[in-house]
Amino acid sequence: MTNSFADFAKAKMILVIGSNMTEAHPVAASLLKMAVIGGAGLIVVDPRRTPLVDLANLHVPIKVGSDVAFLNGVMNVLVTEDLYDKKYVESCTMGFEDLKKKVLEYPPERAAAISGVSAEMIRDVARRLAAVRPAMLMYTLGITEHICGVNNVMSCANLQMLLGNVGFECGGVNPLRGQNNVQGACDMGALPNVFPGYQRVDNPHAREKFAAAWKVEKLPEKPGIMIPQMIEGLLDGKVKAFYVFGENLANTEPDIRHVEHCLGSAEFLVCQDIFPTETTRFAHVVLPAAAWSENDGTFTSSERRVNRVRTVSAPPGGAKPNWWIFKEIAKRMGQDWETNSAQEIWDNEVSQLAPSLGGIKYFRLEKDGLQWPAPSLEHQGTSFLHKEGCFTCGLGVLAPIDWIPPAEVPDAEYPLVLSTGRRLYHYHTRTQTGRSQGLNDLLGEETADISEAEAEKYGIEHGEMIAVKSRRGRVVVKANVTEQVPEGLVWMAFHFREGCANWLTNPAYDPITQTAEYKACAVAIEKLA
Amino acid sequence: MKKAIFLLNGKETPYRPGQTLLEATQAIGFHIPTLCHLKETTPTGACRICLVEITGARSLMAACSTPVAEGMEVFTETERVHNTRKLNVELLLASGKHDCLICEASGDCRLQELAYYYGIKELKFSQDEKFYPTDDDNPFIIRDFSRCIRCGRCIQACNELVVNRAISYGYRGKNSKVVTGGDGPYTDSECVFCGQCVEVCPVGALTEKKAKGKARAWETNKIRTTCPYCGVGCQQWLHVKDGKIAKVTAVEDGEPNMGRLCVKGRFGYDFIYSEERLKTPLIRENGNFREASWDEALDLVAGKFKEIIATHGPDAIAGVSCARSINEDSYQMQKLFRAVIGTNNIDHCART
Ligand code: SF4
Ligand code: SF4
Ligand code: SF4
Ligand code: FES
Repeated sequence: MTNSFADFAKAKMILVIGSNMTEAHPVAASLLKMAVIGGAGLIVVDPRRTPLVDLANLHVPIKVGSDVAFLNGVMNVLVTEDLYDKKYVESCTMGFEDLKKKVLEYPPERAAAISGVSAEMIRDVARRLAAVRPAMLMYTLGITEHICGVNNVMSCANLQMLLGNVGFECGGVNPLRGQNNVQGACDMGALPNVFPGYQRVDNPHAREKFAAAWKVEKLPEKPGIMIPQMIEGLLDGKVKAFYVFGENLANTEPDIRHVEHCLGSAEFLVCQDIFPTETTRFAHVVLPAAAWSENDGTFTSSERRVNRVRTVSAPPGGAKPNWWIFKEIAKRMGQDWETNSAQEIWDNEVSQLAPSLGGIKYFRLEKDGLQWPAPSLEHQGTSFLHKEGCFTCGLGVLAPIDWIPPAEVPDAEYPLVLSTGRRLYHYHTRTQTGRSQGLNDLLGEETADISEAEAEKYGIEHGEMIAVKSRRGRVVVKANVTEQVPEGLVWMAFHFREGCANWLTNPAYDPITQTAEYKACAVAIEKLA
Repeated sequence: MKKAIFLLNGKETPYRPGQTLLEATQAIGFHIPTLCHLKETTPTGACRICLVEITGARSLMAACSTPVAEGMEVFTETERVHNTRKLNVELLLASGKHDCLICEASGDCRLQELAYYYGIKELKFSQDEKFYPTDDDNPFIIRDFSRCIRCGRCIQACNELVVNRAISYGYRGKNSKVVTGGDGPYTDSECVFCGQCVEVCPVGALTEKKAKGKARAWETNKIRTTCPYCGVGCQQWLHVKDGKIAKVTAVEDGEPNMGRLCVKGRFGYDFIYSEERLKTPLIRENGNFREASWDEALDLVAGKFKEIIATHGPDAIAGVSCARSINEDSYQMQKLFRAVIGTNNIDHCART
């Protein structure tokens, strides 16, 4: 996020797009709702009538996968009605003429035809946003989990820059990170193209620096492959050994049947986890790991805040801290690493090597942690980025972007759109929440959420078992007839193995991030007996 | 501009216009006892514990809801103030069943503290005590309205702190009590089981079902940590007894949650104690897993990696790190892949 959670409660105008925050990030939603009952404006853009809509001034129920067209339509109005922030655009951004040309191709009427909301509503959104500065934009996976995820993100940034909203408290572009430490795993360089602190592996200076620190002669310069290619690689033999740490890929990746086939083909699969999962079934070696509260360390939250995690008890049996396991493997492959605790790793390596974390040391994290960038020990951390529109890498780039439809759209055989996400009472594949007493009582099984209209059309009662099928699979699941879901949409989660949406989802990926299009594929529903 | 000043027990004291008396005194570290007051929410003035005497006002005023005025003369410890507060504590104590000995909240109860502070000697249970059955028809919250002092904190928390708007005052006058929308069980209401109401209840009217009987407040020590679920990074207190978590509460002044938690952060902690935890390395043999020592398992992994590097090159190895685990673990894993194995084939589910 460019901004902080504290801003959520203070914002004057809020645009939430593709984020069911009340269920996926409940406390962030509470802060936001505080702002709204205190008088802030709220626009919710989402195909579903999510719980946040109850408090919104405006709900914009765009069609799944039409985000770019909708946002271009809004920007068209800002440009044609002269509502954008000219001073900001001139002094803080580049590329306006190209963007203008592109959005002029999306008059509200055209954007309306694609996104399924009225041209008047699109104008209304533009005018409301232009009326209050700064406005804060939040998004989650509804934006990123598309084959055009990167384009969606850039469109959100375009909109906020056009409005002059980036670089101010209570403004900015704010993706809520799904998992507790996605931000941190990225910062640490668990990505194929960057070292810790986003230093590129194809930069010879960065390689030299890390080679010296790690006491090796050279480091690989070619960026590596991403998860989908790794999984495919198991099948075509490009990947011989696959080391899976803590992820339950057999449930979380799209098209479970295919993923399991790939995992089953692995020549050598190592799984390191705290529980047996659907994925560990395919392992050749399983390594038992320490869990949350069983070792010291740090998480980095969505607001770039590095927070301490502390030890309560020792891991059960012979389970070991993950960092220790990696160190031991390194030793057996000929390298002796000096650091021997999470604190040593952070203080002596991470914060030495990643400039934006340079001022962050364990002794400074006792209370509320620190928000990076915090490059020096005197630096107090950064609550919002791009202060006053001064972008860290020069001017903010306004990029012209075209709308493309999802990879798989409904047809006669599969007439409905399936979209997926998370629910309040569970987390991912339930390895943790499923084993915490009480949560299963509140949500004990998967459902397929469908509209009244569909229920009527197919003669389906609320609570009846139905089949949902796509080109990849078929699941039998309980129908949940709800006004949250518009006609033409089926909505499911991936918390339960039985009826997991990922038997159905489409392994089509954003070409840059390789994020799968979990939010859109074509399905059919079937009444049983 | 002239500095804004009021008189606190005869002493000139600064304040910011718009502050309540309570806020102004708290700002200088002066203590006025409170009970129903809940930070960040609209004051209700329900408990009358924070009463003070203001020159010129006929009755005593509640510090939590009275704005400071220029030159206002305030006395916080007069005999009249003391006696009235004491009487109010006595009335609250008499209003319900406050048998501390068997109450889950004992040792962590504001009323108990106040009773001790004001030297209350006798406990009278109210004569017209209504019979409220204890309601625990849900996995997390036990409601015992015979202990409810109608302070309204739970209502303020639900409506203004977490804004879930599940509970309010129902019925009138003497019958007034805290109800969910239809005065039914929580499970049939808008309640999302964030447990915020339990966290702020100053007495034993709302308590945690999972924590029941696990530990007395004075037996635990509190360890601060970060929630293991979503990317908000809420700050938690783990209440630990004998090395085991008895319950989880929010860090009141901690960023970013400022005293809030959701259902997962508050109640989703005990997975670590599951019997299903992996406790020993496993190696596949003839299609089944057998237990192995760390040395054997690690030697096997390292040996196999070396063999694959030798025959197929380092890029034949790929790894996925964990977006749930600590930074230091991800750092070590990418270091293993880059510096030891010699490939950049390291990723994590950055996108979910
Ligand atoms: S648990 Fe949360 S939502 Fe339910 S009544 Fe209490 S505060 Fe409100
Ligand atoms: S339940 Fe607790 S917090 Fe709510 S009014 Fe009663 S005593 Fe106060
Ligand atoms: S308490 Fe809830 S909102 Fe806060 S970090 Fe945990 S899961 Fe997220
Ligand atoms: S704390 Fe002021 S009336 Fe209760």
